Amino acid sequence: MTTNAGSTLTPTEKMRATLGRRYAAEKRFQAYGIVAILLALSMLVILFVTIIGNGMTAFVQHTVHLDVTLYPQDIDPEGTRDPDVLAKADYQSAVNDAMYSLFPGATSRQERRAVRELISPGANFVIRDMVMDDPSLVGQRVSVRVPLASEYDQVLKGNVDPAVDFTAFQEGGTSVDWSLPPGERLISEDQANYLQQLIRQGEVKASFNRWFFTNGDSRQPELAGIWGAAVGSMLTLMVTLALSFPIGVAAAVYLEEFAPKNRLTDIIEVNINNLAAVPSIVFGLLGLAVFLQFFGMPRSAPVVGGLVLTLMTLPTIIIASRAALKSVPPSIREAALGVGASKLQTIFHHVLPLAMPGMLTGTIIGMAQALGETAPLLMIGMVAFVVDIPGSPLDPATVMPVQIFLWSDSPERAFTERTSAAIMCLLGFLILMNAAAVLLRKRFERRW
Amino acid sequence: MDTILVIAAILVLAAAGFFTGRHRAVVRSGGVSRSLHSLPNYHGHFVALWGAVPALILLVLWLPLEPILAMNAALDYFQHHIAEANNLETIRQSKLALLLSLSPDATTIRLDELKPQQFALLQTEIRNMAAGGASAGHAAFMQEVADVYAGYRETSYILMFAACLAMAGVGAGFAWSRIAPDMRARNHVENAIKWFMIICSTVAILTTLGIVLSLLFEALRFFSKVPITEFLFGLHWSPQTAIRADQVGSTGAFGAVPLFAGTILISIIAMCVAVPIGLLSAIYMAEYADNRVRAVVKPILEILAGIPTVVYGFFAALTVAPFFRGLGESIGLDVSSESALAAGMVMGIMIIPFVSSLSDDVITAVPQSMREGSYGLGATKSETVRRVILPAALPGIVGGILLAVSRAIGETMIVVMAAGLGANLTANPLEAVTTVTVQIVTLLVGDQEFDSPKTLAAFALGLMLFVMTLCLNIVALHVVRKYREQYE
Repeated sequence: MTTNAGSTLTPTEKMRATLGRRYAAEKRFQAYGIVAILLALSMLVILFVTIIGNGMTAFVQHTVHLDVTLYPQDIDPEGTRDPDVLAKADYQSAVNDAMYSLFPGATSRQERRAVRELISPGANFVIRDMVMDDPSLVGQRVSVRVPLASEYDQVLKGNVDPAVDFTAFQEGGTSVDWSLPPGERLISEDQANYLQQLIRQGEVKASFNRWFFTNGDSRQPELAGIWGAAVGSMLTLMVTLALSFPIGVAAAVYLEEFAPKNRLTDIIEVNINNLAAVPSIVFGLLGLAVFLQFFGMPRSAPVVGGLVLTLMTLPTIIIASRAALKSVPPSIREAALGVGASKLQTIFHHVLPLAMPGMLTGTIIGMAQALGETAPLLMIGMVAFVVDIPGSPLDPATVMPVQIFLWSDSPERAFTERTSAAIMCLLGFLILMNAAAVLLRKRFERRW
Repeated sequence: MDTILVIAAILVLAAAGFFTGRHRAVVRSGGVSRSLHSLPNYHGHFVALWGAVPALILLVLWLPLEPILAMNAALDYFQHHIAEANNLETIRQSKLALLLSLSPDATTIRLDELKPQQFALLQTEIRNMAAGGASAGHAAFMQEVADVYAGYRETSYILMFAACLAMAGVGAGFAWSRIAPDMRARNHVENAIKWFMIICSTVAILTTLGIVLSLLFEALRFFSKVPITEFLFGLHWSPQTAIRADQVGSTGAFGAVPLFAGTILISIIAMCVAVPIGLLSAIYMAEYADNRVRAVVKPILEILAGIPTVVYGFFAALTVAPFFRGLGESIGLDVSSESALAAGMVMGIMIIPFVSSLSDDVITAVPQSMREGSYGLGATKSETVRRVILPAALPGIVGGILLAVSRAIGETMIVVMAAGLGANLTANPLEAVTTVTVQIVTLLVGDQEFDSPKTLAAFALGLMLFVMTLCLNIVALHVVRKYREQYE
């Protein structure tokens, strides 16, 4: 080995000299990786913290205790107790009277209006539903808790109106900064006084928000619930599951076990892979043009939503099912064929049961995807404002992600809170489904 | 009408067919099951299939035909009994005159001379009235027409019920009569199942065909109203066509370049977030992290991929956009509250797991021998990654990134909720831009009439979106597959 005459350093020395730099570069590179992972994880944490931080308060609703007298002559003058009559009766005046009786001092029109606006404009529906459930309440004095109007609920939760120091407010203090111009305050001075009076009388209580879990959509945030959307999601998923599982499994079995290797099956394979990557909104356009326009199916119906989502999740299910079939060793098939089973008997009696856990896992993951999907359902009109709980796949309905989208558009702070709470419920369902898929895989996974 | 009842009846008949078929097979074999070619159950299935399938096919054919026939009968009745000269005065005073845009001096009504739009209106009205809808404003004879329609549908339903049941009975009876010990029932049943599976596996092709045809058909209708060159190269997008001709801005402009530019801008921002974070975390996971860290961090990162996009959209609109706006204000920059930056960044977060899991796959697929060769020459880990592994894995990584780009282009909810609506041709990420998917949603949500260029434009945009993502996918899948073959 000859050394370069011009340099006094040997290669070893040269290498040693750069070693420090190279190790530093190594450290830096490793740090980049850690930073990248931490960044991704912190995004996830921020996402969850904002959603949970915003949404937790939606599970609590402030209610006012009212003693409502239901005079028969107002509600059911003929005494038939006919559900139709009860449903159409006027409960508002009974509610108003109960509110006025809490504030005997409020006599002017303006004051009475302020009193009325303390509770939800939908309070009469709460009473109506009670009476519909139990018609014998007519003619009685019933004690009921109705929701506080959403503005005051938000004030008490400390979500809005910075002018109000809400903890002091709740304790009956007067640390309300009335110097702010009225436009920047959500509630007026009168209303704040009435509310304080109610609190002092002990009529206001924060309790579990049952309306959120039992109601459909509503224009009044305090009465808006996700039950309607949850039922819509269930109906849509039922249609999707009923169609996509049999079709997906049958297609996978044919392609994996029977299909000859030819041009057609090649095209089908490429096709399935490409379909899996088509943007979901395109499936919505397909549904709009084919199912609604061409076949004239009803708009906003879970059955159409289910059809569109079926087409969307089929590739996922087919790909997962084929992988599950592939993992069943050929010796199983050969053994069955060897004792005289037909090809179909082999598959239905031996291969399918072994591949089923894998297929079910793929199906659950596909269903979870379908549950979170929004865009294609917007295209086929599932964005309608639906108050009633859908009873069949043909009724107009909306689904949970679309409900989230609709609420997120509303300016009220109370809807922001409910949007986050709805997201928490949706994520809860998704976690359940994915956990089921993981469990299934762990429990039935076989190594051959 | 209750189609479900018909289906249930057919299925009950088929189930009965199964038991009688199985029983007959046993009886015909004289109790010696060895003499049967197929197991008794196959004979049962054979009868059940013959009972159910032809009847269901008949039902499927009948269902779309029924309302058409009934409508024809109702319109016929309208033409021959209602649209007479002595009824004309009553018609003029009813809602019908408005509906048919009857000219005041008309002496006859000829349905075949009506404009398609009026014709459709008349049909809808008849349908609504037959379903018990409001009949206010109509003369009494409209109810007659509706009754004819409803009557026909009722008769048709009864006929259909009878025909389907008869079909099921005949089919099952035919199969039942064929049952004999040496009948190859199993082969028949297996053939039927095989055909069912073949039909199922063509659903994927039919879906693609349906997408292509419906998009192409509607897009061509759009291009017959708006020239394709204007759509592809026009710089101005304002799809609001006016109802009256004299309204301001009555001509909608359909130049889609601002939408393409907006889509690309947001996708670039998303990739700027997703590619470095996704790639670096994939490298760290594949090359540095020990198994315990991998087992924990990888599933957590994958949660990001499982979160519905509507949640990301809400996060972008509620948290990220105001954050950037506030940040911009504090350093004196004017950031739009619907900035491309916020939408793009959140979209990037969504795509991180996509990039990282695809890169992880290709990096771990690089043969161990290449790493060992590099270590043997004295390279450090990072040098190995940069000089050996990344070049070897590059085609796969590029393929994965292309797939991620196609995802970003097709992503809808994040941009619908966090990006703007106004078409704005700009490269400034702090301004609001709109994208192809946002416009599709805004054009199609709500009431739509199917002939206006506004609605059809959505399908033209959808076609562009489909073609773009399809090209990206084909290239990406090709690159990934070609690369995989090299090392296998």
